[in-house]
Amino acid sequence: MFYRENGQFKTTYQSDQQIFAIPQDRWAILAIIAFAFIGIPLLVDEYLFRAILIPFLILSLAALGVNILVGYCGQITLGAGASMAVGAYAAYNFLIRVDGMPALAAILLGGIVAAAAGIVFGAPSLRVRGLYLAVATLAAQFFWDWAFLRIKWFTNNASSGSVSVADINLLGWTISSPTDKYLFCLGILVVFSLAAKNLVRGAIGRQWMAIRDMDVAATVIGIRPMYAKLSAFAVSSFYLGVAGALWGFVHLGSWEPAAFSIDRSFQLLFMVIIGGMGAIAGSFFGAAFIVVLPIFLNQMLALVGGWFGVEVSIALVSHIEIMVFGALIVFFLIVEPHGIARLWSTGREKLRLWPFPH
Amino acid sequence: MNLRKLAIAASVSAIGLSAALVSPAATAAEEQFFPVLAYRTGAYAPNGAPWANGFVDYMKLANVRGGVNGVKMIWEECETAYATDRGVECYERLKAKHGGATAVQPLSTGITFALTEKAPVDKIPVITAGYGRSESQNGAVFGWNFPLVGTYWSGADVLVQHIAKKEGGFDKLKGKKIALVYHDSPYGKEPIALLQERGKMHGFDVSLLPVAHPGVEQKATWLQIRQNKPDYVFLWGWGVMNSTAIKEAQATGYPREKMYGVWWSGAEPDVKDVGEGAKGYSALAMQHGAEPNSKVIKEVLASLHAKGQGTGPKEEVGQVLYMRGLISAMVQTEAVRVAQGRYGKGKRITGEQMRWGLENLNLDQKTLDALGFAGVMRPVHTTCIDHMGSGFARIHTWDGKKWNFSSDWYEADQKVLRPMVMLASAKYASEKKITPRTPEDCKK
Repeated sequence: MFYRENGQFKTTYQSDQQIFAIPQDRWAILAIIAFAFIGIPLLVDEYLFRAILIPFLILSLAALGVNILVGYCGQITLGAGASMAVGAYAAYNFLIRVDGMPALAAILLGGIVAAAAGIVFGAPSLRVRGLYLAVATLAAQFFWDWAFLRIKWFTNNASSGSVSVADINLLGWTISSPTDKYLFCLGILVVFSLAAKNLVRGAIGRQWMAIRDMDVAATVIGIRPMYAKLSAFAVSSFYLGVAGALWGFVHLGSWEPAAFSIDRSFQLLFMVIIGGMGAIAGSFFGAAFIVVLPIFLNQMLALVGGWFGVEVSIALVSHIEIMVFGALIVFFLIVEPHGIARLWSTGREKLRLWPFPH
Repeated sequence: MNLRKLAIAASVSAIGLSAALVSPAATAAEEQFFPVLAYRTGAYAPNGAPWANGFVDYMKLANVRGGVNGVKMIWEECETAYATDRGVECYERLKAKHGGATAVQPLSTGITFALTEKAPVDKIPVITAGYGRSESQNGAVFGWNFPLVGTYWSGADVLVQHIAKKEGGFDKLKGKKIALVYHDSPYGKEPIALLQERGKMHGFDVSLLPVAHPGVEQKATWLQIRQNKPDYVFLWGWGVMNSTAIKEAQATGYPREKMYGVWWSGAEPDVKDVGEGAKGYSALAMQHGAEPNSKVIKEVLASLHAKGQGTGPKEEVGQVLYMRGLISAMVQTEAVRVAQGRYGKGKRITGEQMRWGLENLNLDQKTLDALGFAGVMRPVHTTCIDHMGSGFARIHTWDGKKWNFSSDWYEADQKVLRPMVMLASAKYASEKKITPRTPEDCKK
C-alpha cells in the first residue's frame, strides 16, 4: 500500500539509475538522515550518545569497510582490527609529528596509510582463497598487534604503550561535547556510505562482484583479478583505517593496541555475516545487533527482575545476556542465512505487492 | 477573646502539623551515590569478586555506623567483565544516577585510561587505589585521578629495594638478571619504565616476558626463564595468569623463593589451587595483607555477616583482595567526611567537592585506629600535587596455607619516582594541551 508504484514513470535514464529508484525509499532515507541530524540531538541524552550511538556509528563505518571486502569481493578477512589499528596509530603519528596538522586531515591520512598496508597484506589473496586467505590475513592482525606493542616509535615512547590525543578542532569547531562528536561521526558516515553505495553500483563494484561470484569466469570476460582484488583491499582498509582513527580520536581519546585486538576483527566479521553480506544496509543492521543488543539485554534483564521484585545479581544478568545473545545469533542465521538485510529486503518486496500478492 | 484563642490555637496547631509533616523530609537521610564497576564473571572474576565484596561491605558498615554525619552511602553494581568498552558503558550508565556519582573506582587499568579522558569533563574523581597510571600521582596535571596508597612505580621500587636488601646493598645488584613476567596490557607494562630506570642506576639487567590475555598460555615464557636463569622473577599478573605462572614455575623448577609478585599477584585465589607448590612465593603487600584478626573485620563479621547482610562468602572476609576493596571504600568514605567538613556537615557533596576531600585527606594513625584499621595500614596524607598520599609497602610470603609478612616497611624512593612522574605527566599535558594547575588553583 505504501509502495504503490502505479503512476510513477521513469522518463529519463537519470531517474532510472538513481540510488533509490522508488520515490518512497528516497523520501524515507532522506527523512531518516534528517532525523539523525536534527531530531536525535534534541531528543537523546548523554548516555545514549556516548555509550551507544557514537560506538554504533563508528563500528558501522568499519563494518561497511569489511562488507566491501568480504561481502562484495568475497575475500574473507580476519585482519580488520589490524587495519583499524594502522589507521588510528598512523593518524596519531601524523598529528604529533607534523606541526599544525589538522585532525581531520590526520584521520584521512591514517586511512590512506591503512589502505597501503591493506594492499601489502592483501597480496596473498592473488594466490590463495577462501578459508586459506582468512588464515593468511591473520598474519596482518598478529603483525600489527606486535608492532604497536613493541615498536616504541609508533607510540611516541609511551611508557605503557597507550597514547592519547586532545579534542579535535575542525575549522574552529572544537569537537568535545557528545553531540558534537555524534554529528561529526554521522557526517563522515553519511559521506562514506554514499561513496560506498556508488562504488558498488559502478564499474569497480561490478568487477568485485564478478570476482566474488566466480573468479575464473571473471578473468575470462576480461577483469583483471589483481586490480580488482587489491582495489577491494585498499578501499576496505581505507574505510577501516578512518573508522579506527575515529574510534581512537573521537570515542576513546586515549587507547592501546588492545582496542583493536583480534576480538575486534571477529566482531566486525560477525557484524557483516549477521547483518548481511553484500548489502550496504547490512553493515548498519549488523553493527546495531552486535553493539546495541547486548547492552539492551543487560539492562532489560535487570529491569524485568525488578518488576517481579527479584534482585538479580549482576553476574547472573551477564550470564543470561551471553546465552540469549548466542541464541539470537543462531535464530537469525537459521531464519535467514543471508543476514538481517535480506530479511528487510524480502519484507520490502512483500510490501510492494501487499495487499494483493499473486 | 474566644475567637482570638481559637485563632492562636489553630495557627499553633497548623505550625505543629506542618512541622510534623515537614520533619520526616528534613531528617530523611541525604544519600551519597557510588557506582560499583565490578567483575563477577570472566577470566578475572576470582580476583574481581572478593574486591567488590569488600568494597560493598565497607559501605554497608559505614551505613551501620550511621553514615558520614548521617549521610548514607548508596551504590549500584555494573558488570564490566574487565573489558574496557563495557566498563566505559557502565560508567556512562551510572554516572548521572541518584543525583550524580561521587567518585568512581574502575578496578582495571584499561578502564582507568579511558575514564581519565572523561573525568575532567564530568567532574567525577577516579580513585585507583594501587593501580592506574603511575604518573597520575601528579595532581597538577591529572586533576581527577587518585592513585591512592600506591602506584605501580612505587610498588616496583619497593620490590627492587627488597631484593637489594636481601643481596646486601644496591651495589650487589650489579650484573644481576631480573625477568619481568607481565600481563601484556597497560597494567603489566606500567612497571617497565621504573625497572629500566633502576636497572640503569644499579647495573642490573631487566628482561621482559609478556604474557597475552588471559594468561593461561605461558609454556614458552617459562622455557625462556629456564634457559636464561634470571636471579629473580617479578610477576605482574592478574586473574588466572597468576596461578598459571606459579604452576609453570613449579613445573620448570624455578625456585618460588626468587619469585616476587605485585600486590595484584599476591592474594589467596592466586596460590590456593597450587597450595604447597606455591610455598615460599612472595608478593608485595599494598600496606595490608590478609587481616582476619583486625578490628574492622571483626566488626564486619559481627554487624553484617552474622545478621545475613554481608556480601559474598563469609570465609573470604578478611582475605587480601577483600581487604583491598574494604580499604578502597574506606578512603573514599573518609574523603566524603573531609569534604563535608568544608562544604557542610550532613550534606550531600558533589564530585567537585569530593575532589577537594580527596586532595586534603589526612588519615593519621589515630583516625585509622578509631576506624578499626590499626596495624592494617599506615597514615595516608594527600595534597593537591601529590595524589598518592603514601608510598609505603611491605612483602608477604605464602607458607602453603596463608600469607605471612616477611619484611619490614619500605618506602618508595621519591628521588627516583618524582623525576619520572614529572617527565611522564609533562608529556601527557603537552599531548592533551593541559595547563598544569598552580598552587593558587589548588586553593579553590
